[in-house]
Amino acid sequence: MIRWLFLLLILTTSASAQEEVIAGMSSSRISISANFDGSEILIFGAVKREQSPPEGELGVIVTVEGPGQPLTVRRLERRALIWVNGEAVRIARAPSFYAINTSAPLAQLLNTQADARARITTRRVIGTIDAPMEVNDATAFSQALIRIRKDVNLYQTNINAVELREETLFNTTVTLPANLVEGIYISRIFLTRNGEIVATSSTAIDVEKIGLEKFLYNLAYDDPLIYALLSIALAIGAGWGASAAFRYLQS
Amino acid sequence: MQIYLPIAEVSINAILLLGIGGLVGVLSGMFGVGGGFLITPLLFFVGIPPAVAVATSTNQIVASSFSALLAHLRRRTVDIRMGTVLLAGGLVGAALGIWLFAYLRELGQVDLLVRLSYVVFLGGIGALMFVESLRAILRTRAGRRPQRRKHNWIQALPLKIKFRTSGLYISVIPPALVGLAVGVLAAIMGVGGGFIMVPAMIYLLGMPTKVVVGTSLFQILFVTAFTTILHAMTNYSVDMLLAVLLIIGGVVGAQVGTRIGLLMKAEQLRILLAVIVLGVCGQLALELLIRPDELYSVGREAS
Repeated sequence: MIRWLFLLLILTTSASAQEEVIAGMSSSRISISANFDGSEILIFGAVKREQSPPEGELGVIVTVEGPGQPLTVRRLERRALIWVNGEAVRIARAPSFYAINTSAPLAQLLNTQADARARITTRRVIGTIDAPMEVNDATAFSQALIRIRKDVNLYQTNINAVELREETLFNTTVTLPANLVEGIYISRIFLTRNGEIVATSSTAIDVEKIGLEKFLYNLAYDDPLIYALLSIALAIGAGWGASAAFRYLQS
Repeated sequence: MQIYLPIAEVSINAILLLGIGGLVGVLSGMFGVGGGFLITPLLFFVGIPPAVAVATSTNQIVASSFSALLAHLRRRTVDIRMGTVLLAGGLVGAALGIWLFAYLRELGQVDLLVRLSYVVFLGGIGALMFVESLRAILRTRAGRRPQRRKHNWIQALPLKIKFRTSGLYISVIPPALVGLAVGVLAAIMGVGGGFIMVPAMIYLLGMPTKVVVGTSLFQILFVTAFTTILHAMTNYSVDMLLAVLLIIGGVVGAQVGTRIGLLMKAEQLRILLAVIVLGVCGQLALELLIRPDELYSVGREAS
């Protein structure tokens, strides 16, 4: 009897492992040019399986994560009439952008342990919080970070944004806002059944400044002196040009 | 039309930025002030990070002060020797200011420093200007003439030199200190500092009004250029694209402002400027005093 059960267990696990994601996206490179005003990426795919689908509802979670940065979150305090930055908490690494699109409410798709292992929800993606001793409500700071970035669409949770057809084909659109940071963005796709992850896939998206934006940014950080002199030369040139033009108009 | 600013790393409407440049240009043309004290708070308001706003507005002032200085050089209303003494103090002050700025940026208090400096200086200068111009209006109605006061303690200081253009024989210490104070302000507030320097030159140093503006522009040009270099090298916070938009707007605005300025009386202009200065100051003071909607802020660490 126990042997039969064991065999059944093997069968179900191997059956679930036989589901695979085949994914694609509309573009694997995003260029930030001078008139960059945000962008949309279409992420689509299919579930490949050899046998008929196993038990449980199929769920799809798509995440897009921007390059991580170390951050400091500060809280204003009232000190002698005015509001001043007081307690601060360092966050070792938080993504500059993070979007989760799902095919159903997250609680239905994912149990807590699976979330903790794969680091899917925004709360899990934010790295360790390094709070000084006197701060006793460190989570308020990470919640504030999520809230602030949600307001400017840098962190998004879009429930039911993944369209799933016949448990096989899926597609979703991730909207990237205009205030994007350069770097490698990672898109991950998770297939879930009964709260567990059954298949994953990930792809890189290259977000890069191009043209004038790239030239100015690189110059500013690589050769700050030349950049500064160029800025001043430009200002002097504009000032001189304005003065000359004004004199010409007067005469 | 949105434009992505490479250093500020935000996307902002280009017309809005041209408009800010233009508006400040109109005011600077009308009142003969640099307008840095208005550009920096307006840039905060549209969402430019404070460090970038301060550094970029110094770059913008280089353009406007150079253009105005050329006009004064042609009219020979620049005291180069006095300007050089002010400048020497200014360069030291700017270096001190940049150091303070970088230090407080690390502590996360740079916003507070910038805002508080604005409130204190704009409040003080605005109130003084307001009272002074009210008195001037009353005096002209009463038909009396203003008299210039002399400071004897300034006459007593050592290291005296002759400033021929200004017709003065005074110590270099007071002008160097005035220059130093203005240099610090240029670095932390992103202003030229004319609003401090001009009154100091008239009331403290006793310079003739004719050469005051040209001489202060001479100091402002070099100090802001130096500050731009320091900001670019220590904080990487000068946004050239933003500066270009502000400069273009400013250049056009200044020409319009000069025309408007010619149509108004000097006392009226000064009282109007005082009201604008006090308005900006009040707005910034309220932001410090009223409990903000969002108590938390996120700062990226320099890697």
